[in-house]
Amino acid sequence: MLSSQVKWSLWALVIASLVGVGWGRGLTWAVQTSLIKIDGSSTVYPVTEAVAEEFQSLHRGKIRVTVGIAGSGGGFKKFCRGEIDIADASRPILKEEMALCQKNGISYYELPVAFDALTVAVSPKNTWVDSMTVEELRKIWEPAAQGKITRWNQVRPDWPDAQLVLFGAGSDSGTFDYFTDAIVGKPKSSRGDYTASEDDNVLVQGIERNVHSLGYIPYAYYAAQQKKLKAVAIVGKNGPVLPSAETVKNGSYHPLSRPLFIYVNAESAKRPEVRQFVEYYLAEGPKLIAEVHYVPLPDQAYEMARERFAKGIVGTGFGGEPEVGLPVEEILRRPPKQ
Amino acid sequence: MIKRRKYAEALFKVLGLSSLALAVGTLALLFGALVVHGIGRLDWQFLTSFPSRHASQAGILPAVVGSTLVMLVTACAGIPVGVAAGIYLEEYAKRTWFTELIEVTVTNLAGVPSIIFGLLALGLFVYMLGLGASILTAGLTLALLILPVVIVTTREAIRAVPVHIREAAFALGATRWQTVADHVLPYSAAGILTGIILALSRAIGETAPIVTVGALTFVAFLPPAPITSQPPYLSFEWLMSPFTVMPIQMFAWVSRPGEDFAANAAAAGLLLVGMTLTMNGLAIYVRYRMRKRVFW
Repeated sequence: MLSSQVKWSLWALVIASLVGVGWGRGLTWAVQTSLIKIDGSSTVYPVTEAVAEEFQSLHRGKIRVTVGIAGSGGGFKKFCRGEIDIADASRPILKEEMALCQKNGISYYELPVAFDALTVAVSPKNTWVDSMTVEELRKIWEPAAQGKITRWNQVRPDWPDAQLVLFGAGSDSGTFDYFTDAIVGKPKSSRGDYTASEDDNVLVQGIERNVHSLGYIPYAYYAAQQKKLKAVAIVGKNGPVLPSAETVKNGSYHPLSRPLFIYVNAESAKRPEVRQFVEYYLAEGPKLIAEVHYVPLPDQAYEMARERFAKGIVGTGFGGEPEVGLPVEEILRRPPKQ
Repeated sequence: MIKRRKYAEALFKVLGLSSLALAVGTLALLFGALVVHGIGRLDWQFLTSFPSRHASQAGILPAVVGSTLVMLVTACAGIPVGVAAGIYLEEYAKRTWFTELIEVTVTNLAGVPSIIFGLLALGLFVYMLGLGASILTAGLTLALLILPVVIVTTREAIRAVPVHIREAAFALGATRWQTVADHVLPYSAAGILTGIILALSRAIGETAPIVTVGALTFVAFLPPAPITSQPPYLSFEWLMSPFTVMPIQMFAWVSRPGEDFAANAAAAGLLLVGMTLTMNGLAIYVRYRMRKRVFW
C-alpha cells in the first residue's frame, strides 16, 4: 500500500515541477503589464514606499508598484540594464554608471525628491556640548585621529577630561560615504576605531546610553526619537545651526544635508502609469515626506523638477562626481549631461 | 583513585549541564523577548494587511504568501531530484573514483555559504535562463541550497535498511527498482521525510540568496491565483510574479527610524519561528507515525 503511495507522490512531484518550469518560462510577459518596478537606496525607501502605498490605493488593482532595497549602487546597476523603471538614489549617478546606461541606450530623468540630513548627536545627559564646528568634527573623525583623539578635552580644552566614545555608520552605508565626504573631505576616509553599525537604531541606543558618546545618524532617526538624543548644532557662517526641517530646507544647515533622487527611465516614462506615478510623487510627495520624518524640498525645487519632467529634459546635473552641499535649485538649473 | 574518577565524573556533569543551560537559556531569553515585544501586534489585521508606512496598519500578508509559494517551488523541485539522486548513489551507482568524487562534492556543497548559491542563481536563472526576479527563481535557488542536505539524509536513511531485506527481495526475483520502490523506500521514508522537512525549515529562514536574486521589500499585492475560472482552471502565472519573503520584511522593519516598527518586526519574527517550529513538529510526528509501520 505504502509503496504505491510513495511511488505516485514521487511521480506527481516530478511532473509538477517540470510543468511548472515549462509553463513559467512562456508566461514571462503576462505579469509585467502595468507594473512599476522600483529599486535602489534604502535611505530613499521610506519615502518611495509612502508614495507607492498612496498611489496604489488610489488606483486600486489597476497599477501595481514594487519597491526593493538593493542600495543606490545595486539600484543603478539594475536601472542601467533596463530591468527597473525607477531607481532610488541617495547620491547622484557616477561615471561608470553613466557609461553603462549609455552603452545600453538608457536615458533618464534625474529628479530630486527630498532632503536627507545627518545629525551629529550626543547623549541627553551631556551638559557641555551645544555646538561644534566642521573643523572640530574633522579633527575627531579624520583617519589621523585614530588612537590619538580619544578624550573630549583634546577637541576643545574646556571640555571634560573624559573618554570620547564614538558611534557612526558602517562602511557599506551611503551615510558613511556622505558624512566622510562632507566632514573629512574625501568619501570613505575615516578613522576606524569607533562603534560602527549599519543599523541606525543600534547607534541611537548606543549614543543615548553613554554620557560621553558622540555619533552621527540620519536625521529621520533623530526626528523619530528626539527625546533620546541631543542634537549638536553645526557652526555655519551665521553661527550654530541645529538640524530641523526649517534649517535643512533653507540651506542653513550646512554641510550635512543632501538631496535624495529618483532616476526615471525615459523610455518607461512614456508609459502612462509611470508618468502618473512620477507626477504624483512630485505633487503629493512633500506631504508624505514629512510623515516619514524626512525633509521636503523647497516648493520651487518641486516646480522645477516637474517642469524638467514635463519638458522631457534628460540627463544628470552632476557629471559623475558627487558634490557636497549644493542647493537643489542650483542642481536643477544646470544644463544636464548624459 | 576512585575519588579522582568520581571527581572527574562530577566535573563533566556540571560542565555539560552548564553548557546546556547556556544554550537553552539564550534561546529562551531571545524567544521570550520576541514574545513580549511581538505578541501584542500579532492579530488578524497584521496577518491580512499589506506593508504600510504606518506601523499600526502594516501587515505581513504578501511576505507570508511569498514565503509559502517559494517553499512550494523549492519542495517540488528539490525533493524529487534530491531523493532520486540519493537513491541512485546508494542503490545503483558502482563504487568508482567518479562516484567517490561526487560524494565528496555533495557533502562539501552542504557547507557552502548560502550567498554563493544566490550568486550562482543570479547568473544562471535570472540572466542565462531569463527567469527574472520571480518566485520561480527564488524557489529553484533554495532547491539548490537544500539539495545536498536532502541527498545526504536520503542516503543515510536508505543505508539504515538492513542488507538482508534487499537480498531476500533479489532472491525472490525482484528487480532493483522493485526492491527499492516496494521495500527500501517505504522503510526509509520516515528518515527521508524528516530530512526533507528539516531542510525546508532551514530554507524558509534564508535571506541572503533571496536578496541576491532580487526579492523586493514593498509588494502590496498578491501573486496571481493558481486556480482560475476559465479552462484549463490552473494558472502558473504566480511563478513569475515579483515577491517578498518573511525574513526580508522583518529586516526592513527592524531598520526603520523610530520604535513603532520594532513591534512589527518582533511579531513577524514570532510568526517565522512559529512556522519553523510547526515544520519541525511535523517532522517529528511523521517520523513517529512511520516508525510504527516498520517491522524489522
